[in-house]
Amino acid sequence: MFTQYKFWEPYSSPYDPCPPMTVKSYSTPPQLYINFQPPGLAQFEPRAALYHGTLWKELFSPYPGPDKRGDVDE
Amino acid sequence: MWYYEKKLEYPVKVSECNPRLAKFLIEQYGGADGELAAALRYLNQRYSIPDKVIGLLTDIGTEEFAHLEMIATMIYKLTKDATPEQMEEAGLGAHYANHDKALFYHNAAGAPWTATYIQAKGDPIADLYEDIAAEEKARATYQWIINLSDDPDLNDGLKYLREREVVHSLRFREAVEILKEERDKKIIF
Repeated sequence: MFTQYKFWEPYSSPYDPCPPMTVKSYSTPPQLYINFQPPGLAQFEPRAALYHGTLWKELFSPYPGPDKRGDVDE
Repeated sequence: MWYYEKKLEYPVKVSECNPRLAKFLIEQYGGADGELAAALRYLNQRYSIPDKVIGLLTDIGTEEFAHLEMIATMIYKLTKDATPEQMEEAGLGAHYANHDKALFYHNAAGAPWTATYIQAKGDPIADLYEDIAAEEKARATYQWIINLSDDPDLNDGLKYLREREVVHSLRFREAVEILKEERDKKIIF
């Protein structure tokens, strides 16, 4: 299983004018990890599918990231 | 900073006096998928992208400037000895009126280069996918120019440049794989 977000630590100079953001993140949504959607993927219930914007659980990509969200919806 | 080496990345030879080809080659000089757009796109994206792929963007962006020099040399060789009449016959009358024999950053249809050709979205995946697309579009442009040209020596240089687009595309795909890797897993905040 993959993670929906990756984190990295950009270089910070001792002479940076602003307090450094030591960790930055970027989104790596599910479509990066499959070339084609395989048949028979697990589906959300109809109402949950409407909320998630997709019928298939494995294609759901939560945004914003967990560091700004506070839940565990991944 | 850069060090400059006073030679071309690959030798440029033009064997036929055919200024008409210059009009097509200018697409790779100042066109949307040309070498100038490529170099500026990659070198600008370096600042905000994860550090693992900065070096790749520096290397490829620098090489695109080397390609720009090759294209410029081809265009210059094809036009430097043309009379105004020959420029007009080659479809370069409007270019001559505006620029004489000077090179200028515009595409084959004369539209000037614009920063709207390139993008820096800040999302590393989106930016690298744009770079892959740009390499494929440049590869296709080289193919169409080779189809229009019957100069074997000029085509030799163009085939070299086309092959470099293929290699760059693969390197950008590898950069995406690096960014997809599960490295440090998760940093706890």
